[in-house]
Amino acid sequence: MSTHGARDLIIDSVTGVELALPIAGPGARCYAFLIDWHVRAILFAAWYAVAAIIYNGRWSFAAPLDPDAKWFMFVVTPAATLYFLYHFVLEIAMHGRTPGKRLAGVRLVSRDGGPPGVGALLIRNVFRLVDSLPVLYGVGLVVTLVTREHVRIGDMAAGTLLTYDRSEAVPPAHTSEIELIRELLLRWHSLEQAARHDLAVILLSRHGIDANDPADAALRAQLDALARDGHK
Amino acid sequence: MSTDALRPAIPGAPTSTDAPVPSTPSTAARDQALKAALLQRSPIWKSADDRAKRLAHGRAKDVADAAQLADDYRLLAHDLARARRLMPRSRTRDYLEAAYARAHSTLYRSAWHPGAALLSLFRDEIPEVTRGLAPHIAWATAIFVLTAFAGYWMVHTYPELIGLFASPDLVATVERGHLWTEGILNIVPSSVLSLQILTNNIVVSLFAYCAGFVFGLGTLYILGLNGLTLGAVFAFSALHGLDAGLFRFIVPHGCVELSVMCLSGAAGAAVGEALVRPPHGNRMESFRMAALRSGKLLIACAVLLVGSGLIEGYVSPRHDIPLWARLVIGIGYWLLMVAYLTGQLTRRSSNTAGPP
Repeated sequence: MSTHGARDLIIDSVTGVELALPIAGPGARCYAFLIDWHVRAILFAAWYAVAAIIYNGRWSFAAPLDPDAKWFMFVVTPAATLYFLYHFVLEIAMHGRTPGKRLAGVRLVSRDGGPPGVGALLIRNVFRLVDSLPVLYGVGLVVTLVTREHVRIGDMAAGTLLTYDRSEAVPPAHTSEIELIRELLLRWHSLEQAARHDLAVILLSRHGIDANDPADAALRAQLDALARDGHK
Repeated sequence: MSTDALRPAIPGAPTSTDAPVPSTPSTAARDQALKAALLQRSPIWKSADDRAKRLAHGRAKDVADAAQLADDYRLLAHDLARARRLMPRSRTRDYLEAAYARAHSTLYRSAWHPGAALLSLFRDEIPEVTRGLAPHIAWATAIFVLTAFAGYWMVHTYPELIGLFASPDLVATVERGHLWTEGILNIVPSSVLSLQILTNNIVVSLFAYCAGFVFGLGTLYILGLNGLTLGAVFAFSALHGLDAGLFRFIVPHGCVELSVMCLSGAAGAAVGEALVRPPHGNRMESFRMAALRSGKLLIACAVLLVGSGLIEGYVSPRHDIPLWARLVIGIGYWLLMVAYLTGQLTRRSSNTAGPP
């Protein structure tokens, strides 16, 4: 196992073909964190608001002047638990992902390429105490910027890395499909614009490609790339 | 598991990740044919990828379906090796890289048996880690005790130094002849007090562990500061004739609470030592192994602190519990902790221990 130029995590496999996982940089990490922070802040606020209204028995979020055990057990503790255990619980349940990581297209992996174990995730999240110092994850951010694998201290302790998920990769076109696309491209100018547009959208959507630019030339270029197997 | 021993699973499979080999006209024609043949297999890749995704969520149709993943993995590896050579910058390669990674992740995922894992952790692993950390625990305890004595001596000799360790409110209360713990139940209910105390103690323990990252110095400072504060406060209370009352308050929960401070300090010290003197050559690898290993002790610490937090909330502040009962609770809980951590409580008989 090694890293090649801080781009890929390379893992030996029993097949003899190395597994290459692209390592996510600080940008993707920050993006995922910001989404997750907002999600858990909303969860925290939602619980607190609903529970406070129920506790107060009226439309008021205010904490009582003399808070009793019920206030802490019903309002404060569950909200704090949601906030502080968000990452740990979701990373276990979603096999190294969270809603933020999913949206950023990244996931946590251990150094053997598999999903991290519960112990590793626990240690990773305990070290947030250090990574979050002094404010706004300052230590974690600096360490992420200066390390070759863009990991924070918690990742170092747990042996985890953030890698791109590549879940958007779509299977290449089958040979018969490619022939169909080539046929359409050959007859492109002989077909009416509406007909070729519809056919192009159908063929592209079969390969998970959204024809977000409906311009004639753009559709043709996408089909052309597909016929050539998307050679970049 | 050695991966090299199993490497010949696909004889001659290339491992290069980039750069197609320069080709002559004859090899170009052959490569073109290979590309076409490779693309014919895309439905098989799709099927293999769908299976890997399904199995990742534990949705196997039957045993044969699950076993098929191993064949899929080899097939994807074989085709990916070809795609890396024949079409290094293509959607085909991107897709195969992703499908291969998913199959690898699913294939190497550990079985998920939370009950058995928890049982093994609490019954076998934590006592084993504690035994392994015995020297660190001894050192952490020695540092804590020595700094507590140092704090006591400092404030006993120079009472004005209490300002370094205690808040002005606490100092004023003691100078009025009262302990700051008196009447605490009139202000905060026991349940809330327990929750606040155990949360605070768990955070301090986690900090003592994490601070080991600074080559063990952070842990040393936290242990030392806590020891100095304890000694200083005791000395200041003694100067005002309140030490017996403070002892009465502390003894039910303090035996375990202070021991847990030493345990988490020991875990942090082990992390620091792995960075100062890496036993496995590579400093980062040693740090990772020490953090994962000693981190198990923190789980025991957290559980023990829940117990001492409850005692501190429900037992310690009450005036109607006599000293002998407080001693029984404090020492009894401490002995229970020692019995558990040394494995006496969970040790299985030789008949049921299984093979060595």
